[in-house]
Amino acid sequence: MIGFRTLFYKEVLRFWKVATQTITAPILTAMLYLLIFGHVLEEHVQVYPDVRYTSFLIPGLIMMSVLQNAFANSSSSLIQSKITGNLVFVLLPPLSHWELFGAYVLASMVRGIAVGAGVFLITAWFAKLTFAAPWWIVIFALLGAGILGTMGLIAGIWAEKFDQLAAFQNFLIMPATFLSGVFYSIHSLPSFWQTVSHFNPFFYMIDGFRYGFFGQSDVNPLISFSIVSVFFVLLAAFAIHLLKSGYKLRH
Amino acid sequence: MAALEIVNVEKRYKSLQALGGVTLSIEAGEFFGLLGPNGAGKTTLISIIAGLNRADAGTVSILGHDVVRDYREARKRLGVVPQELVFDPFFTVRETLRMQSGYFGLKNNDKWIDEVMANLDLTNKADTNMRALSGGMKRRVLVAQALVHKPPVIVLDEPTAGVDVELRQTLWKFITRLNREGHTIVLTTHYLEEAQALCNRVAMLKSGKVVALDSTSALIKRISGSQLVVRLANGTLPDGLKPLVSHPDELVSGNKYTLRVNEYTDVEPILAKLREAGGVIEDMQLQQADLEDVFIQIMEGEK
Repeated sequence: MIGFRTLFYKEVLRFWKVATQTITAPILTAMLYLLIFGHVLEEHVQVYPDVRYTSFLIPGLIMMSVLQNAFANSSSSLIQSKITGNLVFVLLPPLSHWELFGAYVLASMVRGIAVGAGVFLITAWFAKLTFAAPWWIVIFALLGAGILGTMGLIAGIWAEKFDQLAAFQNFLIMPATFLSGVFYSIHSLPSFWQTVSHFNPFFYMIDGFRYGFFGQSDVNPLISFSIVSVFFVLLAAFAIHLLKSGYKLRH
Repeated sequence: MAALEIVNVEKRYKSLQALGGVTLSIEAGEFFGLLGPNGAGKTTLISIIAGLNRADAGTVSILGHDVVRDYREARKRLGVVPQELVFDPFFTVRETLRMQSGYFGLKNNDKWIDEVMANLDLTNKADTNMRALSGGMKRRVLVAQALVHKPPVIVLDEPTAGVDVELRQTLWKFITRLNREGHTIVLTTHYLEEAQALCNRVAMLKSGKVVALDSTSALIKRISGSQLVVRLANGTLPDGLKPLVSHPDELVSGNKYTLRVNEYTDVEPILAKLREAGGVIEDMQLQQADLEDVFIQIMEGEK
Protein backbone atom coordinates (compact mmCIF):
# COMPACT_ATOMS: atom_id res chain seq x y z
CA MET A 1 0.00 0.00 0.00
CA ILE A 2 2.88 2.38 0.68
CA GLY A 3 4.05 1.99 -2.91
CA PHE A 4 0.60 2.82 -4.25
CA ARG A 5 0.21 5.78 -1.89
CA THR A 6 3.60 7.17 -2.84
CA LEU A 7 2.90 6.96 -6.56
CA PHE A 8 -0.52 8.56 -6.04
CA TYR A 9 1.07 11.34 -3.98
CA LYS A 10 3.76 11.87 -6.62
CA GLU A 11 1.19 12.08 -9.40
CA VAL A 12 -0.86 14.65 -7.46
CA LEU A 13 2.25 16.65 -6.54
CA ARG A 14 3.32 16.59 -10.19
CA PHE A 15 0.27 18.51 -11.41
CA TRP A 16 -0.01 20.59 -8.24
CA LYS A 17 3.48 22.01 -8.75
CA VAL A 18 2.33 23.41 -12.10
CA ALA A 19 -1.19 24.32 -10.99
CA THR A 20 -1.34 27.46 -13.13
CA GLN A 21 -1.20 25.27 -16.19
CA THR A 22 -3.11 22.26 -14.88
CA ILE A 23 -5.85 23.87 -12.77
CA THR A 24 -6.17 27.62 -13.35
CA ALA A 25 -5.87 27.59 -17.15
CA PRO A 26 -8.67 25.07 -17.76
CA ILE A 27 -10.92 26.97 -15.33
CA LEU A 28 -10.32 30.13 -17.35
CA THR A 29 -11.10 28.28 -20.60
CA ALA A 30 -14.40 27.06 -19.19
CA MET A 31 -15.23 30.62 -18.09
CA LEU A 32 -14.63 31.88 -21.62
CA TYR A 33 -16.97 29.24 -23.04
CA LEU A 34 -19.62 30.31 -20.55
CA LEU A 35 -19.25 34.02 -21.31
CA ILE A 36 -19.30 33.61 -25.07
CA PHE A 37 -21.86 30.83 -25.57
CA GLY A 38 -23.96 32.09 -22.67
CA HIS A 39 -24.01 35.60 -24.13
CA VAL A 40 -24.76 34.53 -27.70
CA LEU A 41 -27.32 31.80 -26.99
CA GLU A 42 -29.00 32.90 -23.77
CA GLU A 43 -31.98 34.49 -25.57
CA HIS A 44 -32.24 31.91 -28.35
CA VAL A 45 -32.07 28.51 -26.74
CA GLN A 46 -34.24 26.99 -24.08
CA VAL A 47 -33.64 23.31 -23.50
CA TYR A 48 -35.75 22.52 -20.47
CA PRO A 49 -38.73 24.58 -19.32
CA ASP A 50 -37.79 26.90 -16.43
CA VAL A 51 -34.06 26.43 -17.04
CA ARG A 52 -32.18 29.33 -18.62
CA TYR A 53 -29.54 28.41 -21.21
CA THR A 54 -26.64 29.65 -19.06
CA SER A 55 -27.80 27.42 -16.21
CA PHE A 56 -28.16 24.52 -18.62
CA LEU A 57 -24.67 25.11 -19.96
CA ILE A 58 -22.85 25.20 -16.62
CA PRO A 59 -23.08 21.49 -15.67
CA GLY A 60 -21.98 20.60 -19.19
CA LEU A 61 -18.94 22.83 -18.91
CA ILE A 62 -18.09 21.48 -15.46
CA MET A 63 -18.27 17.90 -16.70
CA MET A 64 -16.31 18.72 -19.85
CA SER A 65 -13.54 20.20 -17.67
CA VAL A 66 -13.56 17.14 -15.39
CA LEU A 67 -13.28 14.79 -18.36
CA GLN A 68 -10.62 16.66 -20.33
CA ASN A 69 -8.39 17.24 -17.32
CA ALA A 70 -8.66 13.69 -16.03
CA PHE A 71 -7.53 12.51 -19.46
CA ALA A 72 -4.77 15.10 -19.70
CA ASN A 73 -3.29 14.11 -16.34
CA SER A 74 -2.55 10.42 -16.75
CA SER A 75 -1.76 10.69 -20.46
CA SER A 76 0.70 13.58 -20.17
CA SER A 77 2.36 12.17 -17.07
CA LEU A 78 3.00 8.85 -18.78
CA ILE A 79 4.17 10.22 -22.11
CA GLN A 80 6.52 12.69 -20.40
CA SER A 81 7.99 9.93 -18.26
CA LYS A 82 8.37 7.70 -21.29
CA ILE A 83 10.05 10.32 -23.41
CA THR A 84 12.38 11.63 -20.70
CA GLY A 85 13.08 8.06 -19.61
CA ASN A 86 12.24 8.56 -15.95
CA LEU A 87 9.42 6.01 -16.16
CA VAL A 88 12.18 3.58 -15.20
CA PHE A 89 11.86 4.79 -11.59
CA VAL A 90 8.30 3.49 -11.51
CA LEU A 91 9.06 0.30 -13.44
CA LEU A 92 12.01 -0.84 -11.29
CA PRO A 93 10.20 -0.96 -7.90
CA PRO A 94 7.88 -3.80 -6.87
CA LEU A 95 4.69 -1.91 -7.84
CA SER A 96 1.95 -4.22 -9.11
CA HIS A 97 -0.23 -3.48 -12.13
CA TRP A 98 -3.11 -2.80 -9.72
CA GLU A 99 -1.07 -0.21 -7.87
CA LEU A 100 0.06 1.48 -11.08
CA PHE A 101 -3.51 1.58 -12.37
CA GLY A 102 -4.96 2.84 -9.08
CA ALA A 103 -2.38 5.57 -8.54
CA TYR A 104 -2.47 7.00 -12.07
CA VAL A 105 -6.25 6.91 -12.39
CA LEU A 106 -6.96 8.22 -8.90
CA ALA A 107 -4.56 11.15 -9.35
CA SER A 108 -6.26 11.94 -12.67
CA MET A 109 -9.61 11.90 -10.92
CA VAL A 110 -8.31 14.33 -8.31
CA ARG A 111 -7.19 16.74 -11.01
CA GLY A 112 -10.43 16.38 -13.00
CA ILE A 113 -12.58 16.93 -9.91
CA ALA A 114 -10.38 19.84 -8.74
CA VAL A 115 -10.79 21.64 -12.06
CA GLY A 116 -14.51 20.79 -12.15
CA ALA A 117 -14.95 22.17 -8.63
CA GLY A 118 -13.10 25.34 -9.65
CA VAL A 119 -15.32 25.80 -12.69
CA PHE A 120 -18.36 25.21 -10.52
CA LEU A 121 -17.34 27.77 -7.88
CA ILE A 122 -16.67 30.46 -10.46
CA THR A 123 -19.53 29.86 -12.89
CA ALA A 124 -22.05 29.54 -10.07
CA TRP A 125 -21.88 33.35 -9.82
CA PHE A 126 -23.26 33.74 -13.31
CA ALA A 127 -26.48 31.76 -13.06
CA LYS A 128 -28.85 30.17 -10.63
CA LEU A 129 -28.20 26.47 -10.15
CA THR A 130 -30.43 23.89 -8.52
CA PHE A 131 -29.37 20.57 -7.05
CA ALA A 132 -32.24 18.20 -7.65
CA ALA A 133 -30.29 14.98 -7.01
CA PRO A 134 -26.81 15.83 -5.62
CA TRP A 135 -25.67 12.18 -5.36
CA TRP A 136 -25.99 11.75 -9.08
CA ILE A 137 -23.72 14.78 -9.50
CA VAL A 138 -21.06 13.15 -7.35
CA ILE A 139 -21.44 9.68 -8.87
CA PHE A 140 -21.25 10.85 -12.48
CA ALA A 141 -18.35 13.21 -11.78
CA LEU A 142 -16.37 10.36 -10.18
CA LEU A 143 -17.21 7.84 -12.89
CA GLY A 144 -16.51 10.30 -15.69
CA ALA A 145 -13.16 11.26 -14.17
CA GLY A 146 -12.31 7.58 -13.65
CA ILE A 147 -13.15 6.71 -17.25
CA LEU A 148 -11.12 9.54 -18.74
CA GLY A 149 -8.24 8.92 -16.33
CA THR A 150 -8.23 5.31 -17.54
CA MET A 151 -8.41 6.39 -21.19
CA GLY A 152 -5.48 8.72 -20.56
CA LEU A 153 -3.55 5.83 -19.05
CA ILE A 154 -4.25 3.64 -22.09
CA ALA A 155 -3.33 6.46 -24.48
CA GLY A 156 -0.14 7.15 -22.50
CA ILE A 157 0.88 3.49 -22.61
CA TRP A 158 0.15 3.25 -26.33
CA ALA A 159 1.64 6.54 -27.55
CA GLU A 160 5.36 6.76 -28.21
CA LYS A 161 5.45 10.41 -29.24
CA PHE A 162 3.61 13.58 -28.28
CA ASP A 163 1.89 13.83 -31.67
CA GLN A 164 0.38 10.35 -31.28
CA LEU A 165 -1.06 11.45 -27.98
CA ALA A 166 -2.31 14.70 -29.51
CA ALA A 167 -4.03 12.67 -32.25
CA PHE A 168 -5.78 10.55 -29.60
CA GLN A 169 -6.89 13.73 -27.87
CA ASN A 170 -7.93 15.71 -30.97
CA PHE A 171 -9.58 12.94 -32.98
CA LEU A 172 -11.21 10.95 -30.20
CA ILE A 173 -11.56 12.77 -26.90
CA MET A 174 -12.39 16.26 -28.19
CA PRO A 175 -15.09 15.22 -30.73
CA ALA A 176 -16.63 12.74 -28.28
CA THR A 177 -16.83 15.48 -25.61
CA PHE A 178 -18.10 18.26 -27.87
CA LEU A 179 -20.68 15.99 -29.50
CA SER A 180 -21.99 14.66 -26.21
CA GLY A 181 -24.41 17.46 -25.38
CA VAL A 182 -22.21 19.85 -23.45
CA PHE A 183 -23.71 22.81 -25.31
CA TYR A 184 -27.09 21.40 -26.33
CA SER A 185 -29.68 18.75 -25.64
CA ILE A 186 -29.52 15.91 -28.14
CA HIS A 187 -33.31 16.28 -28.53
CA SER A 188 -32.58 19.38 -30.55
CA LEU A 189 -30.69 17.25 -33.11
CA PRO A 190 -32.10 15.53 -36.21
CA SER A 191 -33.11 11.97 -35.37
CA PHE A 192 -30.10 10.43 -37.15
CA TRP A 193 -27.68 12.35 -34.97
CA GLN A 194 -29.74 11.59 -31.90
CA THR A 195 -29.22 7.90 -32.64
CA VAL A 196 -25.51 8.42 -33.21
CA SER A 197 -25.23 10.29 -29.89
CA HIS A 198 -26.61 7.25 -28.09
CA PHE A 199 -23.46 5.35 -29.07
CA ASN A 200 -21.27 7.98 -27.43
CA PRO A 201 -20.54 7.04 -23.81
CA PHE A 202 -19.61 10.65 -23.06
CA PHE A 203 -23.22 11.62 -23.74
CA TYR A 204 -24.43 9.47 -20.81
CA MET A 205 -21.82 10.94 -18.47
CA ILE A 206 -22.90 14.50 -19.18
CA ASP A 207 -26.61 13.72 -19.33
CA GLY A 208 -26.54 11.89 -16.00
CA PHE A 209 -24.43 14.62 -14.42
CA ARG A 210 -26.87 17.28 -15.60
CA TYR A 211 -29.79 15.28 -14.19
CA GLY A 212 -28.24 15.77 -10.76
CA PHE A 213 -28.74 19.53 -11.13
CA PHE A 214 -32.10 19.85 -12.86
CA GLY A 215 -33.84 16.55 -12.22
CA GLN A 216 -34.42 16.46 -15.98
CA SER A 217 -32.42 14.66 -18.63
CA ASP A 218 -32.57 13.12 -22.09
CA VAL A 219 -32.12 9.60 -20.70
CA ASN A 220 -33.12 8.04 -17.37
CA PRO A 221 -30.10 8.49 -15.03
CA LEU A 222 -30.22 4.84 -13.97
CA ILE A 223 -29.73 3.79 -17.57
CA SER A 224 -26.89 6.30 -17.96
CA PHE A 225 -25.33 5.03 -14.74
CA SER A 226 -25.46 1.41 -15.93
CA ILE A 227 -23.94 2.22 -19.31
CA VAL A 228 -21.21 4.41 -17.84
CA SER A 229 -20.36 1.83 -15.15
CA VAL A 230 -20.05 -1.01 -17.64
CA PHE A 231 -17.89 1.19 -19.86
CA PHE A 232 -15.61 2.00 -16.93
CA VAL A 233 -15.24 -1.64 -15.91
CA LEU A 234 -14.38 -2.67 -19.47
CA LEU A 235 -11.81 0.10 -19.89
CA ALA A 236 -10.27 -0.57 -16.48
CA ALA A 237 -9.97 -4.28 -17.26
CA PHE A 238 -8.27 -3.44 -20.55
CA ALA A 239 -5.85 -0.97 -18.93
CA ILE A 240 -4.94 -3.43 -16.16
CA HIS A 241 -4.38 -6.12 -18.76
CA LEU A 242 -1.99 -3.80 -20.66
CA LEU A 243 -0.08 -3.00 -17.46
CA LYS A 244 0.11 -6.65 -16.50
CA SER A 245 1.38 -7.74 -19.90
CA GLY A 246 3.98 -4.97 -19.90
CA TYR A 247 2.71 -3.82 -23.32
CA LYS A 248 5.11 -1.17 -24.65
CA LEU A 249 6.36 -0.40 -21.13
CA ARG A 250 8.49 -3.47 -20.51
CA HIS A 251 9.70 -4.15 -24.03
CA MET B 1 21.68 -19.64 -2.92
CA ALA B 2 22.99 -17.54 -5.79
CA ALA B 3 22.43 -13.79 -5.62
CA LEU B 4 21.74 -13.80 -9.32
CA GLU B 5 20.95 -16.93 -11.31
CA ILE B 6 20.69 -16.44 -15.06
CA VAL B 7 19.79 -19.58 -17.00
CA ASN B 8 19.77 -19.83 -20.81
CA VAL B 9 18.42 -16.35 -21.36
CA GLU B 10 17.60 -15.55 -24.96
CA LYS B 11 16.38 -12.30 -26.47
CA ARG B 12 15.80 -11.43 -30.09
CA TYR B 13 14.94 -8.04 -31.60
CA LYS B 14 13.54 -8.87 -35.03
CA SER B 15 16.57 -10.10 -36.97
CA LEU B 16 19.08 -9.34 -34.23
CA GLN B 17 19.92 -11.99 -31.66
CA ALA B 18 20.69 -9.76 -28.68
CA LEU B 19 21.22 -12.62 -26.23
CA GLY B 20 21.85 -16.15 -27.37
CA GLY B 21 21.49 -18.37 -24.32
CA VAL B 22 23.32 -16.61 -21.49
CA THR B 23 23.92 -18.62 -18.32
CA LEU B 24 25.61 -17.04 -15.31
CA SER B 25 25.51 -17.68 -11.61
CA ILE B 26 26.67 -14.88 -9.32
CA GLU B 27 27.17 -15.71 -5.67
CA ALA B 28 26.12 -13.48 -2.79
CA GLY B 29 28.89 -11.06 -1.81
CA GLU B 30 30.65 -11.10 -5.18
CA PHE B 31 31.88 -8.00 -6.99
CA PHE B 32 31.14 -9.17 -10.49
CA GLY B 33 32.14 -7.51 -13.76
CA LEU B 34 30.06 -7.83 -16.90
CA LEU B 35 32.26 -6.71 -19.77
CA GLY B 36 31.88 -6.54 -23.50
CA PRO B 37 31.96 -4.15 -26.43
CA ASN B 38 28.97 -1.93 -27.30
CA GLY B 39 26.09 -4.03 -28.56
CA ALA B 40 27.29 -7.19 -26.80
CA GLY B 41 23.98 -7.44 -24.92
CA LYS B 42 25.02 -6.18 -21.48
CA THR B 43 22.23 -3.63 -21.15
CA THR B 44 19.64 -6.05 -22.58
CA LEU B 45 20.68 -8.58 -19.95
CA ILE B 46 20.43 -5.97 -17.18
CA SER B 47 16.99 -4.89 -18.45
CA ILE B 48 15.79 -8.48 -18.24
CA ILE B 49 17.20 -8.85 -14.72
CA ALA B 50 15.45 -5.60 -13.72
CA GLY B 51 12.10 -6.52 -15.31
CA LEU B 52 12.33 -3.65 -17.80
CA ASN B 53 12.33 -6.16 -20.61
CA ARG B 54 11.25 -9.78 -20.93
CA ALA B 55 13.36 -12.67 -22.11
CA ASP B 56 12.13 -14.78 -25.02
CA ALA B 57 13.43 -17.87 -23.24
CA GLY B 58 15.27 -18.76 -20.06
CA THR B 59 14.89 -17.59 -16.47
CA VAL B 60 16.46 -15.07 -14.12
CA SER B 61 16.12 -15.18 -10.36
CA ILE B 62 17.38 -12.84 -7.68
CA LEU B 63 18.14 -14.58 -4.38
CA GLY B 64 15.80 -17.36 -5.42
CA HIS B 65 12.95 -15.15 -6.65
CA ASP B 66 12.02 -15.38 -10.32
CA VAL B 67 11.97 -11.90 -11.89
CA VAL B 68 8.71 -12.58 -13.77
CA ARG B 69 6.64 -14.95 -11.62
CA ASP B 70 7.78 -13.55 -8.28
CA TYR B 71 8.62 -10.03 -9.47
CA ARG B 72 7.69 -8.19 -6.27
CA GLU B 73 10.08 -10.15 -4.07
CA ALA B 74 12.76 -10.10 -6.79
CA ARG B 75 12.59 -6.32 -7.31
CA LYS B 76 12.71 -5.60 -3.57
CA ARG B 77 16.13 -7.23 -3.54
CA LEU B 78 17.53 -5.42 -6.56
CA GLY B 79 18.88 -1.91 -7.05
CA VAL B 80 19.71 -0.76 -10.58
CA VAL B 81 21.66 2.29 -11.67
CA PRO B 82 20.56 2.82 -15.27
CA GLN B 83 23.04 3.84 -17.94
CA GLU B 84 20.97 6.77 -19.25
CA LEU B 85 21.09 9.96 -17.21
CA VAL B 86 17.37 10.25 -16.43
CA PHE B 87 15.60 12.35 -13.81
CA ASP B 88 12.19 13.76 -12.92
CA PRO B 89 12.34 17.54 -13.35
CA PHE B 90 9.41 18.19 -11.02
CA PHE B 91 11.18 17.32 -7.78
CA THR B 92 14.12 18.10 -5.50
CA VAL B 93 16.81 15.56 -4.63
CA ARG B 94 15.23 14.74 -1.27
CA GLU B 95 11.73 14.44 -2.74
CA THR B 96 13.09 12.15 -5.46
CA LEU B 97 14.77 9.87 -2.91
CA ARG B 98 11.80 9.83 -0.53
CA MET B 99 9.51 8.89 -3.36
CA GLN B 100 11.79 6.16 -4.64
CA SER B 101 11.91 4.80 -1.11
CA GLY B 102 8.12 4.87 -0.94
CA TYR B 103 7.76 2.94 -4.20
CA PHE B 104 9.72 0.17 -2.50
CA GLY B 105 7.24 0.21 0.37
CA LEU B 106 9.50 1.99 2.86
CA LYS B 107 8.27 4.70 5.17
CA ASN B 108 10.37 6.78 7.56
CA ASN B 109 13.53 5.98 5.67
CA ASP B 110 15.13 9.41 6.17
CA LYS B 111 18.02 8.12 8.25
CA TRP B 112 19.27 5.88 5.45
CA ILE B 113 18.46 8.51 2.79
CA ASP B 114 20.62 11.02 4.71
CA GLU B 115 23.41 8.46 4.96
CA VAL B 116 23.29 7.70 1.25
CA MET B 117 23.31 11.42 0.43
CA ALA B 118 26.24 12.01 2.76
CA ASN B 119 28.21 9.15 1.22
CA LEU B 120 27.63 10.47 -2.28
CA ASP B 121 28.33 14.12 -1.33
CA LEU B 122 24.75 15.12 -2.06
CA THR B 123 23.81 16.56 1.33
CA ASN B 124 24.14 20.22 0.37
CA LYS B 125 22.05 19.61 -2.77
CA ALA B 126 19.21 17.89 -0.88
CA ASP B 127 16.71 20.69 -1.51
CA THR B 128 17.84 21.59 -5.01
CA ASN B 129 15.55 20.81 -7.91
CA MET B 130 16.82 18.01 -10.15
CA ARG B 131 16.80 20.34 -13.16
CA ALA B 132 19.37 22.60 -11.52
CA LEU B 133 21.96 19.85 -10.95
CA SER B 134 25.03 19.27 -13.09
CA GLY B 135 25.39 15.98 -14.98
CA GLY B 136 27.71 14.55 -12.34
CA MET B 137 25.29 15.44 -9.55
CA LYS B 138 22.38 13.89 -11.44
CA ARG B 139 24.47 10.72 -11.78
CA ARG B 140 24.97 10.68 -8.00
CA VAL B 141 21.21 10.94 -7.48
CA LEU B 142 20.70 8.02 -9.87
CA VAL B 143 23.06 5.96 -7.73
CA ALA B 144 21.31 7.10 -4.55
CA GLN B 145 17.92 6.14 -6.01
CA ALA B 146 19.16 2.62 -6.66
CA LEU B 147 20.41 2.27 -3.08
CA VAL B 148 17.48 3.82 -1.27
CA HIS B 149 15.95 0.46 -0.29
CA LYS B 150 19.32 -1.10 0.72
CA PRO B 151 19.10 -3.81 -1.94
CA PRO B 152 21.23 -6.92 -1.35
CA VAL B 153 21.97 -7.04 -5.10
CA ILE B 154 23.17 -3.86 -6.82
CA VAL B 155 23.59 -3.55 -10.59
CA LEU B 156 25.53 -0.61 -11.99
CA ASP B 157 25.29 -0.13 -15.74
CA GLU B 158 28.30 1.98 -16.78
CA PRO B 159 28.04 4.26 -13.74
CA THR B 160 31.28 6.08 -14.48
CA ALA B 161 30.78 6.88 -18.16
CA GLY B 162 31.65 10.56 -18.58
CA VAL B 163 32.11 11.09 -14.87
CA ASP B 164 34.91 13.11 -13.23
CA VAL B 165 37.62 11.59 -11.04
CA GLU B 166 36.14 12.89 -7.79
CA LEU B 167 32.77 11.24 -8.32
CA ARG B 168 34.41 8.05 -9.50
CA GLN B 169 36.41 7.86 -6.27
CA THR B 170 33.44 8.77 -4.06
CA LEU B 171 31.31 6.19 -5.83
CA TRP B 172 33.82 3.33 -5.58
CA LYS B 173 34.54 4.07 -1.95
CA PHE B 174 30.85 3.76 -1.14
CA ILE B 175 30.22 0.75 -3.37
CA THR B 176 33.21 -1.20 -2.05
CA ARG B 177 32.00 -0.47 1.47
CA LEU B 178 28.57 -1.88 0.60
CA ASN B 179 30.28 -4.90 -0.96
CA ARG B 180 32.28 -5.46 2.24
CA GLU B 181 29.03 -5.30 4.18
CA GLY B 182 27.71 -8.18 2.08
CA HIS B 183 25.94 -6.56 -0.88
CA THR B 184 26.45 -8.28 -4.22
CA ILE B 185 27.65 -5.89 -6.91
CA VAL B 186 27.32 -6.39 -10.65
CA LEU B 187 29.16 -3.81 -12.72
CA THR B 188 29.35 -3.09 -16.41
CA THR B 189 32.01 -0.68 -17.55
CA HIS B 190 34.23 0.15 -20.49
CA TYR B 191 37.05 1.14 -18.14
CA LEU B 192 38.82 -2.16 -17.79
CA GLU B 193 41.30 -0.96 -15.21
CA GLU B 194 38.27 -0.19 -13.05
CA ALA B 195 36.92 -3.70 -13.50
CA GLN B 196 40.37 -5.16 -12.81
CA ALA B 197 40.72 -3.18 -9.59
CA LEU B 198 37.23 -3.88 -8.27
CA CYS B 199 35.82 -7.14 -9.60
CA ASN B 200 36.76 -10.51 -8.18
CA ARG B 201 35.11 -12.29 -11.12
CA VAL B 202 34.43 -11.25 -14.67
CA ALA B 203 32.20 -12.41 -17.52
CA MET B 204 32.91 -11.23 -21.03
CA LEU B 205 30.01 -10.97 -23.40
CA LYS B 206 30.22 -10.84 -27.15
CA SER B 207 27.29 -10.83 -29.60
CA GLY B 208 24.96 -12.02 -26.88
CA LYS B 209 27.12 -14.91 -25.69
CA VAL B 210 29.40 -15.42 -22.71
CA VAL B 211 32.88 -15.86 -24.20
CA ALA B 212 34.87 -15.83 -20.95
CA LEU B 213 33.94 -16.37 -17.34
CA ASP B 214 36.56 -16.62 -14.65
CA SER B 215 38.13 -14.89 -11.68
CA THR B 216 39.86 -11.68 -12.69
CA SER B 217 43.26 -13.01 -11.66
CA ALA B 218 42.84 -16.26 -13.59
CA LEU B 219 41.82 -14.31 -16.69
CA ILE B 220 44.90 -12.14 -16.50
CA LYS B 221 47.08 -15.22 -16.05
CA ARG B 222 45.69 -16.54 -19.33
CA ILE B 223 47.87 -13.99 -21.02
CA SER B 224 51.46 -15.01 -20.61
CA GLY B 225 53.04 -12.92 -17.90
CA SER B 226 54.27 -9.71 -19.50
CA GLN B 227 54.61 -7.73 -22.65
CA LEU B 228 57.64 -6.13 -24.17
CA VAL B 229 56.82 -2.93 -26.03
CA VAL B 230 59.54 -1.80 -28.44
CA ARG B 231 59.69 1.13 -30.81
CA LEU B 232 62.17 0.76 -33.67
CA ALA B 233 64.02 3.74 -35.11
CA ASN B 234 64.53 1.89 -38.37
CA GLY B 235 64.09 -1.59 -39.78
CA THR B 236 61.12 -3.89 -39.39
CA LEU B 237 60.33 -6.75 -37.10
CA PRO B 238 62.10 -9.98 -38.12
CA ASP B 239 59.71 -12.76 -39.20
CA GLY B 240 60.82 -14.93 -36.28
CA LEU B 241 59.29 -12.44 -33.83
CA LYS B 242 56.00 -11.84 -35.64
CA PRO B 243 54.09 -14.67 -33.87
CA LEU B 244 54.76 -12.91 -30.54
CA VAL B 245 52.94 -9.71 -31.50
CA SER B 246 49.76 -9.42 -29.43
CA HIS B 247 48.03 -6.65 -31.43
CA PRO B 248 47.91 -7.77 -35.11
CA ASP B 249 47.31 -4.17 -36.27
CA GLU B 250 50.88 -3.34 -35.31
CA LEU B 251 52.22 -5.58 -38.10
CA VAL B 252 50.40 -3.50 -40.69
CA SER B 253 51.48 -0.03 -39.72
CA GLY B 254 53.84 1.82 -37.44
CA ASN B 255 57.10 0.96 -35.80
CA LYS B 256 55.79 0.03 -32.36
CA TYR B 257 55.33 -3.62 -31.43
CA THR B 258 53.87 -5.31 -28.36
CA LEU B 259 55.44 -8.73 -27.87
CA ARG B 260 54.36 -11.41 -25.45
CA VAL B 261 57.07 -12.68 -23.09
CA ASN B 262 56.55 -15.59 -20.71
CA GLU B 263 59.60 -15.05 -18.55
CA TYR B 264 62.03 -12.17 -18.13
CA THR B 265 64.72 -14.43 -19.58
CA ASP B 266 62.83 -14.30 -22.90
CA VAL B 267 63.70 -10.62 -23.27
CA GLU B 268 67.39 -10.98 -24.10
CA PRO B 269 66.92 -13.40 -27.07
CA ILE B 270 64.28 -11.05 -28.53
CA LEU B 271 66.65 -8.09 -28.33
CA ALA B 272 69.39 -10.20 -29.91
CA LYS B 273 67.13 -11.12 -32.84
CA LEU B 274 66.26 -7.45 -33.33
CA ARG B 275 69.94 -6.47 -33.41
CA GLU B 276 70.72 -9.22 -35.91
CA ALA B 277 68.00 -7.90 -38.21
CA GLY B 278 69.57 -4.44 -37.99
CA GLY B 279 66.81 -2.90 -35.92
CA VAL B 280 67.66 0.07 -33.70
CA ILE B 281 65.54 0.35 -30.56
CA GLU B 282 64.28 3.87 -29.96
CA ASP B 283 62.16 3.12 -26.91
CA MET B 284 61.43 0.02 -24.85
CA GLN B 285 59.11 -0.91 -21.98
CA LEU B 286 58.29 -4.07 -20.11
CA GLN B 287 54.63 -4.15 -19.09
CA GLN B 288 52.54 -6.47 -16.96
CA ALA B 289 49.57 -7.85 -18.88
CA ASP B 290 46.26 -6.48 -17.67
CA LEU B 291 42.57 -7.12 -18.13
CA GLU B 292 42.54 -4.91 -21.20
CA ASP B 293 45.01 -7.20 -22.98
CA VAL B 294 42.92 -10.21 -22.05
CA PHE B 295 39.81 -8.41 -23.25
CA ILE B 296 41.36 -7.56 -26.61
CA GLN B 297 42.74 -11.05 -27.05
CA ILE B 298 39.42 -12.71 -26.22
CA MET B 299 37.37 -10.36 -28.39
CA GLU B 300 39.73 -10.76 -31.32
CA GLY B 301 39.92 -14.50 -30.82
CA GLU B 302 36.13 -14.63 -31.10
CA LYS B 303 36.02 -12.82 -34.43
